[in-house]
Amino acid sequence: MIVENLRSLGHRIVSAVWRIGYASRFFMMILFYSGTSFRRFHLTIKELFSSGVMSLIIILVAGTFVGMVLGLQGYETLKRYGAESALGSLVALSLVRELGPVLAALLFASRAGSAMTAEIGLMKATEQISAMEMMAINPLARVVAPRFWAGVISMPLLSALFSAMGVFGGYVVGVVLIGVDEGSFWSQMQAGVDFQHDIVNGMIKSFVFGVAVTAIALFEGYDAPPTAEGVSGATTRTVVESSLTILFLDFILTAFMFQGE
Amino acid sequence: MKRTTLDLWVGIFVVAGLGALAVLALKVGNLSTYNMSETYQLQAHFSNIGGLKSQASIKSSGVLVGRVAQISLDPERYEAKVTMTIDKRYKFPKDTFANILTSGLLGEQYIGLIPGGDEAFLKAGDEIKKTQSAVVLEDLISRFLYSKAEDSKQPNK
Repeated sequence: MIVENLRSLGHRIVSAVWRIGYASRFFMMILFYSGTSFRRFHLTIKELFSSGVMSLIIILVAGTFVGMVLGLQGYETLKRYGAESALGSLVALSLVRELGPVLAALLFASRAGSAMTAEIGLMKATEQISAMEMMAINPLARVVAPRFWAGVISMPLLSALFSAMGVFGGYVVGVVLIGVDEGSFWSQMQAGVDFQHDIVNGMIKSFVFGVAVTAIALFEGYDAPPTAEGVSGATTRTVVESSLTILFLDFILTAFMFQGE
Repeated sequence: MKRTTLDLWVGIFVVAGLGALAVLALKVGNLSTYNMSETYQLQAHFSNIGGLKSQASIKSSGVLVGRVAQISLDPERYEAKVTMTIDKRYKFPKDTFANILTSGLLGEQYIGLIPGGDEAFLKAGDEIKKTQSAVVLEDLISRFLYSKAEDSKQPNK
């Protein structure tokens, strides 16, 4: 009984390590074969459309509402200290530093990452990937790498759009609806947000999230068992793993970037 | 290879993304106030800098003329050594006075420069000799309490 449990535990650990090694090799192979996605850029453009442009609506709407909520909640809290004029810098700083990159990446993982996994998993299940290999076309270069670069390019852009819409939403609620002074809203915001320290660091975050989310989504799709159940399991794992990875990486990056001055 | 509608949408997406980044940089961030292209550095020693941080602003007559580049403790004089980056357009006399001031009652601290009357100007790497430290609230309160105590003793004599 005990021996059997130990054996299954050992088996699980060994296969997990095996999978990590396979995932790392897969990631390096994507980078190695990514020349094609720039030489034949229309492949990447097509993926930019399906992962970037199609995510635009959800990102814009979500960003506006998050900004509006920040405006309302921030106003309620700041009012107690008589610091309503700091609303602008509160909204902008929380969006640019944290909420923009993280929420955009979470939305991207569930909107585009899951689609990537399902697509590649189904391509594998219907033996399209093997067919490509038969025709001496490298599926990593033709299918996987363009999707990877499309995700990496679109993630910072989506995050910037999310933050900008959020600031707009905060402006609508704070200035137009509640009536915080417009001049102090913008001037406090500009005094509080530093270009290098806040905006560039936020962009670096979203770039890292883009790499992580697309790499996980592509690997799960490529590694999925070629059955209906396997593909559905892989899609679920993509969302769970990439969400956890985003939050974990966010903690690590924040600790490096914003440790006290 | 010919242009497709797909290209148009991706183009719109990329332009919108870069536009959002530009809005963040110019409207939200402080990139528009960052026009100090050419700068020079000055130094000053303060016995207490209070809550001054690097990147704090340096103002003269309320106008932003530079930023604090670095703060360290001088191991020989046991005083805070502040390195300041000043815009090249502004020159200050040798006997300029550097004060650590607070914007508003609880606002952040900045360095105020009050020019003197000397005809020679400070050069890059020079030190501002005349400085005044930050006002620490505890010191102020304790001084006030002591003087109150002195006052209340005197009528009894």
